[in-house]
Amino acid sequence: MTQPQLEIQLIAIVVAAACALPGVFLVLRKMAMMSDAISHAILPGIVIAFFITSDLNAPLLILAAAMMGVLTVVLVELIYRTKLVKEDAAIGLVFPALFSIGVILIAQYAGDVHLDTDAVLLGELAFAPFDRLTIGGADVGPRAFWVMSVILLLNIGFITLFYKELKLATFDAGLAAALGFLPGALHYGLMALVSVTAVGAFDAVGSILVVALMVGPAATANLLTDKLTRLISLSLVIGIGDAIAGYWLAHFFDTSIAGSMATVVGFSFVLALMFAPNQGVVSVLRRRRLQRLNFAAKMLTIHLANHEGTPDEQRENQIDHLEDHLTWDAVFATRIVKFSEQRGLVKTAGKQLQLTDAGRVLASEAVVN
Amino acid sequence: MFALFSDYTFQVVALGAALLGVVSGALGTFAVLRKQSLLGDAISHAALPGIALAFLITGTKSALGLMLGAMAAGLIATLLVSSISISTRVSYDSALGTILSVFFGFGLVLLTVIQKMPNANQAGLSTFLFGQAAALVIEEVVTMCIFGAIALTPTLLFWKEFKLLAFDPEYGQSLGMPIRYLDILLTSLLVVAIVIGLQTVGVVLMSAMIIAPAVAARQWTNRLGIMVSLSALFGALAGVLGAFFSSTITHLPTGPTIVLVISGIVVISLFLAPNRGLLWRWLRNRRNAQQLKLDAVLLDVYALAAQHTPMTHPHAEAVLNVMNEMSAKTERSLERLSELGLVEKVRTGDWSLTARGQTYVEQLMKDRFKTESTA
Repeated sequence: MTQPQLEIQLIAIVVAAACALPGVFLVLRKMAMMSDAISHAILPGIVIAFFITSDLNAPLLILAAAMMGVLTVVLVELIYRTKLVKEDAAIGLVFPALFSIGVILIAQYAGDVHLDTDAVLLGELAFAPFDRLTIGGADVGPRAFWVMSVILLLNIGFITLFYKELKLATFDAGLAAALGFLPGALHYGLMALVSVTAVGAFDAVGSILVVALMVGPAATANLLTDKLTRLISLSLVIGIGDAIAGYWLAHFFDTSIAGSMATVVGFSFVLALMFAPNQGVVSVLRRRRLQRLNFAAKMLTIHLANHEGTPDEQRENQIDHLEDHLTWDAVFATRIVKFSEQRGLVKTAGKQLQLTDAGRVLASEAVVN
Repeated sequence: MFALFSDYTFQVVALGAALLGVVSGALGTFAVLRKQSLLGDAISHAALPGIALAFLITGTKSALGLMLGAMAAGLIATLLVSSISISTRVSYDSALGTILSVFFGFGLVLLTVIQKMPNANQAGLSTFLFGQAAALVIEEVVTMCIFGAIALTPTLLFWKEFKLLAFDPEYGQSLGMPIRYLDILLTSLLVVAIVIGLQTVGVVLMSAMIIAPAVAARQWTNRLGIMVSLSALFGALAGVLGAFFSSTITHLPTGPTIVLVISGIVVISLFLAPNRGLLWRWLRNRRNAQQLKLDAVLLDVYALAAQHTPMTHPHAEAVLNVMNEMSAKTERSLERLSELGLVEKVRTGDWSLTARGQTYVEQLMKDRFKTESTA
């Protein structure tokens, strides 16, 4: 592994981790699309700050962009509070307008600005190692790495400091407000965090892929666990894993790094969607199948118990008769009888069916309840 | 200015932009009413891999092929979003965000693959991202026109069904309507509308063209038919005005200008639309507050008057000032009340209730009693 490769991966790790942290709370608060809105709406902030400083690396840029992000949230809420517009529509009104202002500003001063809207949207991680941070003449590494590390620390600090408050405000905003936790202030704090992270990450992975790294890992982890601490650590692991896998994929197929990271994010999301232990499609289908079989077995025991010891028993408690009585076709009936036999609910003698003690207990419990 | 309107290039661009406005305005109405405003954003991003794949397969940049590819990808993305959010615990917004960014990222990967190909006749990425209305040619406008007709005709044919889908899908289901298929049809039409707009305003701004005309139109009416027509009209107006401004002012890209114009129309509508508009709401609140203030003063006058016979016995303004709940000066309210003939100034600082004032207060108390007992 060469030096730039190592550095790109280090940057990818801090970017993914920094995005995953606020992403968890966005996903839990059902505000995932705010990451999309903010990552676009910060453009005019970047442009204006750039006009002032003429330096794409100035800290003012991050500050201006963060303010733009908070302004987006304020505007969305202002519009939503009029009750004239629904919340999702309010989001969709604000960010394209702000983004348009950004694009127009760039176009107006296109001659003297080295700010490319393509770059803002798409980013290019491969170039990140060329932009070095030098302190006192000594090269300490790529600038993006240090910027994102600071942002990552900021995110870690905010979340550990306000963990209890965030947790409460996320799961029960009403209680948080009643206890005087200022959910509004936390909300804006979180949004400022999202904005800072988005602007820090935009020149590494581009603003649209910030969305992938914020929402994707958290949505994936949310399928795997119900505990907030585990959700946060899983999101971090998944985000970092996706980023590194995406980097190597891009390396081998020689394609866009950010694009293949997003692709891997999608891939791991689909994996979780399919195979998550409780929430996954496979386990849901298996659970439903088991429920269906259990229910049918219960029906069978009730039917058998009903006719046990009656003159009709011979005729009723026969496998062929189930088709008439429970409207099961022969295949299903055989399957259920086999299933019930395995569970020790029923014994068979030829075509004749007989309840076991366990079967009798199940039937009587089912009928009583 | 008139020279501009007879300019052929401007005519083509304005026509294309107006067309886009009509189609996205009309179909956006349904998206906004069904709380699917941000779906447009997802569809437009998700179209990228479709465009890239269509280019990889056909090897040409023909608008038709790319549009079909974009439509296929957009449709797959929306179906994924809805089935994921319905059948798993992933919420709608998370599904939207994930699908949007993942599709877009995959599209980027495909685009870099295309760039590496020997005969790299790359489909312009920035055209797709930001649109290039200024480069529209008449053939493209004709294609847009055909797709626009394809998108709008079913809307008219299934008007009744779509109306029910927008306002009460459960009722529609109970009537035996194939709600799921209607949903897919309406979403497909939205996809068509979005793909039409991509080459004009681009990915990011397309979501505004879906949402903004509909939100503006919503303020002016409560009727679906009028809302759809108004929304189409606003969309077209924004398209033409945007094209106009961007061709008269240098370095003003068409797409963002159209978006700013339609955003302006939204702001105007939010403030000025009759009934719902914020300005009217503010005036109404002020009027109500004034009326309540007057009533309060008059009730105080009545309370004093009720202790005397005849009730026209005059009372001092100073007493009324003290009685007033907000301890406000009552002089102006009393002047206003005497203009209405409800009180009478006997001499400076002394006021008496008129007969009309008495009946007014008694009626008022009766009304209040009625609303309180029914509440």
